[in-house]
Amino acid sequence: MAMRLLSGNEAIARGAYEAGVTVATGYPGTPSTEILENVVKYKEDIYCEWAPNEKVALEVAAAAAYAGARCIVTMKHVGLNVAADPLMTLSYVGVEGGLVICVADDPGMHSSQNEQDTRNYACFAKIPVIEPSDSQEAKNFVLSGLELSEKYKTPVILRTTTRVSHSRSMVETAERINLQKKIGFVKDPPRFVPLPAFARGMRKKVETRLSLMADHASKSELNKTELNDKALGIITSSIAYQYVREVWPQASVLKLGLTYPFPDKLIREFAAQVKDLLIVEELDPIIEEHVLSLGLKCEGRKYIPGIGELSADVLFAARRKMEGKEAVQVEPGEKDLPGRPPVLCAGCPHRGIFYALGKQDVVVTGDIGCYSLGTLKPLDRMDTILCMGGGVSMAHGLDKAGENKKVVGIVGDSTFFHSGITGLLDIAYNKGKSTIIVVDNRITAMTGHQDNPGSGKTLMGEKTIAASIPEIGRACGISRVREVNPYDLQKTEKVIKEELDAEEPSLIVSIAPCALKEKKKLGPVLKIDADVCKKCGQCLKLGCPAIESAEGEIKINPYLCIGCSMCSQVCPFGAIISEEEQ
Amino acid sequence: MKEIKTTSIVLAGVGGQGILLASEIVAQAAMAAGYEVKTNEVHGMAQRGGSVLAQIRYGKKVYSPLVGCGTAQVLGSLERIEALRFASYLAPGGLCVVNSQKIVPVTVSMGAASYPDDAEIRLKNKFPNLIYFDAAEEAGTCGNLRAANVALLGALSTGLDLPEKAWHKAIEVSVPEKYKDVNLKAFERGKTKA
Repeated sequence: MAMRLLSGNEAIARGAYEAGVTVATGYPGTPSTEILENVVKYKEDIYCEWAPNEKVALEVAAAAAYAGARCIVTMKHVGLNVAADPLMTLSYVGVEGGLVICVADDPGMHSSQNEQDTRNYACFAKIPVIEPSDSQEAKNFVLSGLELSEKYKTPVILRTTTRVSHSRSMVETAERINLQKKIGFVKDPPRFVPLPAFARGMRKKVETRLSLMADHASKSELNKTELNDKALGIITSSIAYQYVREVWPQASVLKLGLTYPFPDKLIREFAAQVKDLLIVEELDPIIEEHVLSLGLKCEGRKYIPGIGELSADVLFAARRKMEGKEAVQVEPGEKDLPGRPPVLCAGCPHRGIFYALGKQDVVVTGDIGCYSLGTLKPLDRMDTILCMGGGVSMAHGLDKAGENKKVVGIVGDSTFFHSGITGLLDIAYNKGKSTIIVVDNRITAMTGHQDNPGSGKTLMGEKTIAASIPEIGRACGISRVREVNPYDLQKTEKVIKEELDAEEPSLIVSIAPCALKEKKKLGPVLKIDADVCKKCGQCLKLGCPAIESAEGEIKINPYLCIGCSMCSQVCPFGAIISEEEQ
Repeated sequence: MKEIKTTSIVLAGVGGQGILLASEIVAQAAMAAGYEVKTNEVHGMAQRGGSVLAQIRYGKKVYSPLVGCGTAQVLGSLERIEALRFASYLAPGGLCVVNSQKIVPVTVSMGAASYPDDAEIRLKNKFPNLIYFDAAEEAGTCGNLRAANVALLGALSTGLDLPEKAWHKAIEVSVPEKYKDVNLKAFERGKTKA
């Protein structure tokens, strides 16, 4: 027994280890990524892999669970959309070994394009969802989830949020359970093959299971009633519980850990003991609507915001509103501070592509990754983003609609492997003519450098194939496949122009490793020769954080510059030189 | 007025300045002193050169990992104007420790915004209890510019009730062995700035 300060994600990894998990899969996505990154510490006992996407990850784990292995799968909330297809039917088929799907939501959209509430998927797929509120619970709930999964032969969703996944709190750890599970797939078509004739039977079982689990939920240790002052009772879950305890220290609380199937009996008992009932939940009013459907009177969304994340501050404001008090005027922050948005790193190879594209009057359909930052000024060269892989297929859609301008789709290597390949195949098959650029840095950079099918290395550190994007392009039927070095701006511009002019589809693969990962100088650190510089600002159009302009002076920060030389290539006066050249 | 039972610390800066290590040291120090600890840090998109915030809370019992508005006992900033950006976290009269280093955001370089030239005056007006110094320079005299974050913690520690022994232990467990001495020196040097 030892107390450790762990993030929720580290704790889930520890929980998987302690619970005897032997297979763990996932696809990186903030705020879920660190779960598998920590599971790999136990690679002696747990096979783990980054799958090309969440659907594949879930399918791999589902089959492993069919064979009797205890498994976890990890992804961010939008990843579950990708894995929704196997999820919905896996609910029917069920599992043999425990399967916990760890899904991290991002209320407030710290690093996401939407703030969907994963609990909806539990109701939709008719499977349980468990919600830890701190790291200790995150660890413990993995085992509880696996046991629940095995007892009812159902996949279970463990839903965290950014604040659960990324906050650190103290965790008491334990030893790994020695399960000695027998692995072996037992042939049983009515159980594992949802042909309509079998699936109809499965459909009924899902409902029976749901009602059994609802009874279980009312007795589950994951749901806790804390009786205190009975004037106000609060039903809450996840991180919101922590805020509730600070804002209403006197109130009675029903804290749901196993939120769905709803513990109706427990909810009714709790409601009967308190005078007023308040539901405090982040994002969608899922508990609230259910409590109302039970015919119980409660408040919730009227006071508790459903947009963005909650905090003790937000709930203090809600409490004042409920009590009919005036809102506390928060002292306005300092005005006119310059914004400090995230930017492409100094020396990032993606910059070369965006800069070169800036010279073309085209529509750019973008995708999800570091290169999303190419949307921001001064690069300003991405026009749409929808979802993973969308950058490829959407270019084709604009093209087929008859868009007057040429269309370019941009996607990263990991996103291309994730779901860009099918879009490219569509372009080739359906005779599109868009230009697709894959910015290939051989790593999943935005989420913190996870290996992918192009890296040549597995999550467990073994050497493996490095999938070639040009070859995949050719195999899809694209005959114009070009490779460029994005640091060579003139050449890059030339290739982009040629491919835009071509009346057939083309694939440009921009090949250069992630500057942040490599952490090495690409050339001598540059400086601006003040005697030559005309302050024309051309170099500033690169949006490089190493080039600083303030108080009428342009300087290169020598600590940030990695000598990529793009700025010296764009300077019309030759004012950007290395120390040696001076 | 809210009753403050939990001690809250907010650290601000720019991605890449060592905020996460600083946060780890504060957390370890609080643990070494026998408290329950919770922290929260920013990951992912927000780390690419953007403003970065870390929050640490400790006490006998800690619920929320997030620091409420106007409740932080101390606010530390590794960059000059980031303290102004997150000023609302600091409790009235709380200690604010600011590294005078200036990092020009891209928004300023491209001419969309300007970097305040009166930052020091604004800091002095905003924070009656201010320690403002060049933490990188102090760390440099101890042997490594990169220990600026720990020099800042030295000054910041004067506003907290954690024992010196806990801080030293925290530094020892949080930094690689070969950087231990320089960080301990930087911490002590930072303390003299109070």
